[in-house]
Amino acid sequence: MGQMQFGIFSVGDITTDPTTGHTPTDASRIKDIVTIAQHAEAVGLDVFAMGEHHNPPFFPSSPVAINSWLAAKTERLVLSTATTLITTNDPVRLAEDYAMLQHLSDGRMDLTLGRGNTGPVYPWFGEDIRQGIPLALEKYALLRRLWREDFVDWSGQFRTPLQGFQSTPRPLDGVPPFVWHGSIRSPEIAEQAAYYGDGFFANHIFWPGSHTAKMVNFYRQRFEHHGHGTAAQAIVGLGGQVFMRKNSQDAVKEFRPYFDNAPVYGHGPSLEEFTSQTPLTVGSPQEVIDRTLGFRDYVGDYQRQLWLMDHAGLPLKTVLEQLDILGGEVVPVLREEFAKNRPAEVPDAPTHDARKAEAAVQAAAEKAEVAS
Amino acid sequence: MTATRRLAVVSGGLSQPSSTRMLADRLAKATVEALGERSIEVDLTTVELRDHARDLTSMMLTGFASPALEATIDAVTGADGLIAVSPVFSASYSGLFKSFFDVIDPASLERMPVLLGATAGTPRHSLVIEHAMRPIFAYLRAEPVATGVFAATDDWGSDAGGELAARIERAARQLASRVETSDRAGANDDPWGFANAAAGLGGFQPG
Repeated sequence: MGQMQFGIFSVGDITTDPTTGHTPTDASRIKDIVTIAQHAEAVGLDVFAMGEHHNPPFFPSSPVAINSWLAAKTERLVLSTATTLITTNDPVRLAEDYAMLQHLSDGRMDLTLGRGNTGPVYPWFGEDIRQGIPLALEKYALLRRLWREDFVDWSGQFRTPLQGFQSTPRPLDGVPPFVWHGSIRSPEIAEQAAYYGDGFFANHIFWPGSHTAKMVNFYRQRFEHHGHGTAAQAIVGLGGQVFMRKNSQDAVKEFRPYFDNAPVYGHGPSLEEFTSQTPLTVGSPQEVIDRTLGFRDYVGDYQRQLWLMDHAGLPLKTVLEQLDILGGEVVPVLREEFAKNRPAEVPDAPTHDARKAEAAVQAAAEKAEVAS
Repeated sequence: MTATRRLAVVSGGLSQPSSTRMLADRLAKATVEALGERSIEVDLTTVELRDHARDLTSMMLTGFASPALEATIDAVTGADGLIAVSPVFSASYSGLFKSFFDVIDPASLERMPVLLGATAGTPRHSLVIEHAMRPIFAYLRAEPVATGVFAATDDWGSDAGGELAARIERAARQLASRVETSDRAGANDDPWGFANAAAGLGGFQPG
């Protein structure tokens, strides 16, 4: 796979198609999303990432269940999340569920942790949104230990203490799943990612690129500060949002009603304003290529690019067509162009096999040191 | 050597020209003069919220400001003093006026000296500054001066005009003395709190 990974992420919204008035059922959306993920692999994409929500109009309460099903149905696709809620899930449950997925997928998985911004979800799981940052910090610190230590003694503020606890199954090949931390504008989360040398995923799609640049640059500086490598070696992922047709005008005409009525930004800025102020690109495949290559100008060479493709009520047929264009015309060019002038020190996107090899090299080096 | 202070004026009037803007301009002029007497030059920014009406709605929905609105917010929150004037609609400040103070970072007006003004068709709304506007700025931890200036339609065309001028002058002097000693320079230089995050995750000890 090497270098950069390209893929799609889904929020999992159930939205009425504004052009037809049709609202999909939970059943049809769930079947559609797995069709979409399988099609992403078929057109040559590398990653599928599923969101986690516990309130309508969203269906994916358990991304790990969806990804486990997909693990059996796909061959190459890396199954990730966008995001796994670190605040309201029990870290023990997360350690076990995602280790299980790691085995079932032969290591074709990672996860992106997020806090979730829906106030009522926290009390439903016995938590308080005002404690969002402390929850994310403490729960992740425990999650890491559960994957790295066979027996864990632990006590903290947000969970019952553990004595001699072993989470099961143990990580595949002794390599803990790779973790990205996602945040739109909380420097504490960028700092957390930097502290551990984990990846940082910037949602990127709802805010201007200048905001994303501030967060990513802070993460890169802090990654270097904490001794994990140079700022250029930090692991960065970006979101993106596109709608394409051969002719730019056709894309704009077809996408506008979906934009105008979209759950997040609908009835606010115009399509043209939002396109100029955020990374949203509605136009020809070449316009998408040019815009995406421009992301590198403000975040540096990065490792993972995901796009939001299935949302706002777009019908399945349209989403699959979009994936055909993405995999057929856009991503091959991006792979080639992003590889040009990419400094040698910039790491490839993290994969299980590469991290397993790295761990073996490190273990051998430690052994040699003990022997000498 | 003369010092310079930044003064921002926010006018929530809807018509053009509006009596709200007229009051805002008179308050600004009087404040600039009062600061001039203290040998302080004023860098004045006047904001007509009407010009940002669509961007304010968009920001309420998207959470981020258009480039034009962002520059305006930065100019207001980065000022040494603020004059905030709203028309009275349905017994309170206008929705447009409230929208502006809804979308800015709630910490960004901390310690801001503020002069409050309001306009209305009738003097029966004269307490709107006290019962509606002042609480917003208390919440924002801003520091409104004691005198607020209310102008009803009558004030613009009667003997009462002299009283209005006296109120404007008193309020402007109060604001000027606060702006003169303002220590807000740099108060909003790191609105996202990067320095705080880099100083160590709020005391959390990672494992």
